[in-house]
Amino acid sequence: MKALNAFESLCLSRERKIVTAEFPSFDGGTLDDIRRAAENLAPYVDAINVTDNPAAHAHASNTAMAIALTQLGYNPILQVVCRDKNRLAIQSDIVGVSMFGVQNICALTGDDVTAGDEPEARRVYDLDGPQLVKVATLMGTGMYLSGRKMTSPPHLFVGAVENPSAPPLEYRATRALKKVEAGARFLQLQIHYRPDQLEAFIAACVANGVAERAAILPTICLTKAARALSFMNEHVPGITVPQATIDRVVGSDDPLEESYHLVRELASHALSLPGVAGLHITDFRHDDSVRRLTEDLAIGPRFEEQHAHSA
Amino acid sequence: MRGLLPVVEHTVKKPVWDCRMCGQCVLHSTGMTCPMTCPKTLRNGPCGGVRENGHCEVKPEMRCIWVSAEDRSRTLPLLPAAWREEFDHLRPPVNNTLKGQSSWLNLLNGSDRRTPPGWGPA
Repeated sequence: MKALNAFESLCLSRERKIVTAEFPSFDGGTLDDIRRAAENLAPYVDAINVTDNPAAHAHASNTAMAIALTQLGYNPILQVVCRDKNRLAIQSDIVGVSMFGVQNICALTGDDVTAGDEPEARRVYDLDGPQLVKVATLMGTGMYLSGRKMTSPPHLFVGAVENPSAPPLEYRATRALKKVEAGARFLQLQIHYRPDQLEAFIAACVANGVAERAAILPTICLTKAARALSFMNEHVPGITVPQATIDRVVGSDDPLEESYHLVRELASHALSLPGVAGLHITDFRHDDSVRRLTEDLAIGPRFEEQHAHSA
Repeated sequence: MRGLLPVVEHTVKKPVWDCRMCGQCVLHSTGMTCPMTCPKTLRNGPCGGVRENGHCEVKPEMRCIWVSAEDRSRTLPLLPAAWREEFDHLRPPVNNTLKGQSSWLNLLNGSDRRTPPGWGPA
């Protein structure tokens, strides 16, 4: 029996709320820069997502960042998108990082190349998100898609992403179920600004068994001002920010503080829903808001003992 | 026959379904909506980038083909119940060696259901 990593163990036990967060993208620098960024984030989270060319912009590779974090003693979740690589390259990435101790894999279809700064690039999508979940899960048994056996089976813990706010809304929980049946054991949701849609999605995931079989982590996004909300609304595929939400930040005396309050409300609403296992945080504020948010909500590794006592 | 059949198939299916001749037709399970017309050629449902109005992330003027497929798999008259149910099945990765071939022939000889050994039966 292999030892479970801390994130995997929490996803399976749900003994307290889980917190994951997105690691910043790097465009150069040194291992020290990675260490500093990890030191800022790690005390407040259970695992750190390394992204795979987010929004179709090239950055330091997901595999390099995951290996670096593992060697520094942190627990990364390797995001893998289907946009840039075919099934051969994706499988070699996964088996490669597994040899460095990377265990958590989050499978995404991925934003299209047209969302990025090199829209002329060839898009791949040789696999799609649900297929990638199945392939990664298969690799955890020690086999490539071709049926060829690996020297030894890597320990992999596979998850996926679903968007509770993208049409067809009523179908999203069924699509989540498809990923769970393919092997996903955690679901990090797309950033949302519609509590009503999240609530409906989670209720459907409770009804169809997804919430029990996979740890669902809704995503909130820490921003500084209304400009970021408008930008996401206009430019990020699959994210819609209601005008009233943007107006609320625009109209406030202190947009920085109001942005925080908005996110804290979204987060605490999400955590109040039965079937939600924790929270995934995307931070564009780059201040101490991750610490503040996890303290305000009393979630994450620093609140382990309090919860154990109160339970 | 091998040479002629793909031409006949494309002639029939191109105008109706904008067929891309993937050689492994799954139209029956996708509400008679061709998944290869999705700009990402996704075989397993809508990606997370679908716009609020149900249109495509890549082509804003186009309705997401998976929004149409999901809708049509439920509402299209005369669609057998088994086909409607198949909508939720996990479809295997595309077999790129079948591209350009007749899916009718591949259906008859079973090559459209052949999946990589690691995948298991389709």
